Amino acid sequence: MMKKFAIPAIVAMTLGTTGAFAAGVEGYVEDYDFSFEGPFGSFDQNQLQRGLQVYTEVCSACHGLKFVPIRTLSDEGGPDMPEDQVRAYAERYEVYDEEIEDFRPATPVDHFPESSLSNAPDLSLMAKARAGFHGPYGLGINQFFKGMGGPEYIASLLTGYTGKDKEEAGAVLYENTAYPGGWIAMAPPLYDGAVDFIDGHENDVEALSKDVAAFLTWTAEPKMMARKQAGFVGVVFLTLLSVLLYLTNKRIWAPVKGKGKKTS
Amino acid sequence: MSGIPHDHYEPTSKGEKWLYKRLPIAGLLYDTLMIPTPKNLNWMWIWGIVLTFCLALQIITGIVLVMHYTPDVDLAFGSVEHIMRNVNGGFMLRYMHANGASLFFIAVYAHIFRGLYYGSYKAPREVTWIIGMLIYLLMMGTAFMGYVLPWGQMSFWGATVITGLFGAIPFIGEGLQTWLLGGPAVGNATLTRFFSLHYLMPFIIAGLVMVHIWAFHTTGNNNPTGVEVRRGSKEEAEKDTLPFWPYFVIKDLFALAVILAIFFAIVGFMPNYLGHPDNYIEANPLATPAHIVPEWYFLPFYAILRAFTSEVWVVQIASFVTGGIIDAKFFGVLAMFGAIAVLALAPWLDTSSVRSGRYRPMFKWWFALLVVDFFALMWLGAMPAEEPYATFSLIASAYWFGYFLVILPLLGVIEKPLPQPETIEADFEAHKAPKTGGTKTLVNPAE
Repeated sequence: MMKKFAIPAIVAMTLGTTGAFAAGVEGYVEDYDFSFEGPFGSFDQNQLQRGLQVYTEVCSACHGLKFVPIRTLSDEGGPDMPEDQVRAYAERYEVYDEEIEDFRPATPVDHFPESSLSNAPDLSLMAKARAGFHGPYGLGINQFFKGMGGPEYIASLLTGYTGKDKEEAGAVLYENTAYPGGWIAMAPPLYDGAVDFIDGHENDVEALSKDVAAFLTWTAEPKMMARKQAGFVGVVFLTLLSVLLYLTNKRIWAPVKGKGKKTS
Repeated sequence: MSGIPHDHYEPTSKGEKWLYKRLPIAGLLYDTLMIPTPKNLNWMWIWGIVLTFCLALQIITGIVLVMHYTPDVDLAFGSVEHIMRNVNGGFMLRYMHANGASLFFIAVYAHIFRGLYYGSYKAPREVTWIIGMLIYLLMMGTAFMGYVLPWGQMSFWGATVITGLFGAIPFIGEGLQTWLLGGPAVGNATLTRFFSLHYLMPFIIAGLVMVHIWAFHTTGNNNPTGVEVRRGSKEEAEKDTLPFWPYFVIKDLFALAVILAIFFAIVGFMPNYLGHPDNYIEANPLATPAHIVPEWYFLPFYAILRAFTSEVWVVQIASFVTGGIIDAKFFGVLAMFGAIAVLALAPWLDTSSVRSGRYRPMFKWWFALLVVDFFALMWLGAMPAEEPYATFSLIASAYWFGYFLVILPLLGVIEKPLPQPETIEADFEAHKAPKTGGTKTLVNPAE
């Protein structure tokens, strides 16, 4: 369950959290490692594709991704699927077309369908909406290195079922260590081997949870790779500009400051 | 433009002379850019440029965002996602705009506290200060309305809470609140009017910025000594000053580049750091978030608003004296606006004849405590309204008012100021790094 820390020990020491951090009032969130953490982290394309499979076979029964256009599955920096595969994938969904006033198979330009259950929230932005702002001292500055905490929450929620349930006001609630309040209406969606991967990749509950958490991070922030690259380019160029301006400034002021020489 | 004697623009070429007779715009630009500026300005005098840049950044990114945004309660949230996913570079535009607001406020707070320490608000610069305060108020209004536009949970509930403050005003409150919202609750009418005003107000700010600059170009800049530039003759003035171009333009641009490098690191690597995760949930009038927290730059005043509960004796007295017209809620609103009002009145509350805090041994410590107090209030504003935070908030709020209403007026009477340098030139000569040719412009650490 625990993993090797990708960040240097010194950073971990300066920035506080090591194993876990609290999300919400009571929920316990395990600090899973993801490939996309930190300024240079990037999405693992295979993991996103596995996560898509978990979403499709399990989550999509109740939940939707209404803000996500299906075509973006072929975007670079995302799952990067071939366009013909995306086209074939789209056809598994039915969407209502106002022009023909009927349902038709989806095409890549359509969005993923909305949630089919009214009490199942849309998952498009869940990884950002459940971001946990961790240390140090709750300031959350370590998200610079460790990400914003949303995917950790999702993976913790999916692995956090204790197996206990109770009935309350006619609804069954399931005990979950990550969910604030401890009892969640969603039945445990995953079990070991719930989804089989064609390449035989690991498919216990934890592996599946992390895969789908990574996929949902991509749905929430599809342009993360482009954003980090833009940030990096910006920082490099501005640092360069700063150095040049520093030298210019020094040069301009030198006669004013040097040896008590008057400027006039 | 300035009262400091200096060379004025002389049209030389035929074309320049032709234009000068008809519109002396080149002269205006020349005088603005070549204004004599005290040569001892330190690194706290760079925030003006940063603020100007922020205003331009917000207006430019904002204008492009508007091309893709839809102000409608059913479409607003989706249109923001459209910007994030489908618009070329849309995610950068939006993240720069959102984080640009934070940079704007970091800069304005640094700028305000610099003014407070060096006495930049004192005569003859009161008008500059008051216009600055108007700009700050407009900034807060603009930022608040801008935060409503994405129509997330915090947008909706923040708008509900803040407009509810106006509802606390006795007699007219309820009507005023309905008028502001365009209906009984936050809804489509609220969103469209906030959108309209959010677009309008930055241009009013831009106008006020010009007046702000005009005002301090008339009086001349303050400087870390608070000693005025000598104005007896041009030669004398030139010993105290340097033209704004190139000396201060390049210095300010260097500072701006460093700040922007940090800004880009935040936009690129942790753009949601300063936002609230709940704002990625579409607004839902039926589900109240567990904690409604305003953006960080409102937190100090939010803490003051919440500090005055009905258990505080000052509130009880106010309520008793006014026959219940001033209840705890209205008292909180008055305190919040009062906290900004005392800031604006600083020029008349400060009785000291010495401008710069550098030469005020007692003031220095009270000022340092005010800075600590400001950050404490910011932290307390983010904490839940329970003990011990409630008591801390009350103490911190009391100090805020105490500083402006008691300490500033008293210090001018009881404090014995240190000797000030005769001239800016003397200060500059004393501070510049010896014989290295001036690698350091660093100010002393107490500042």
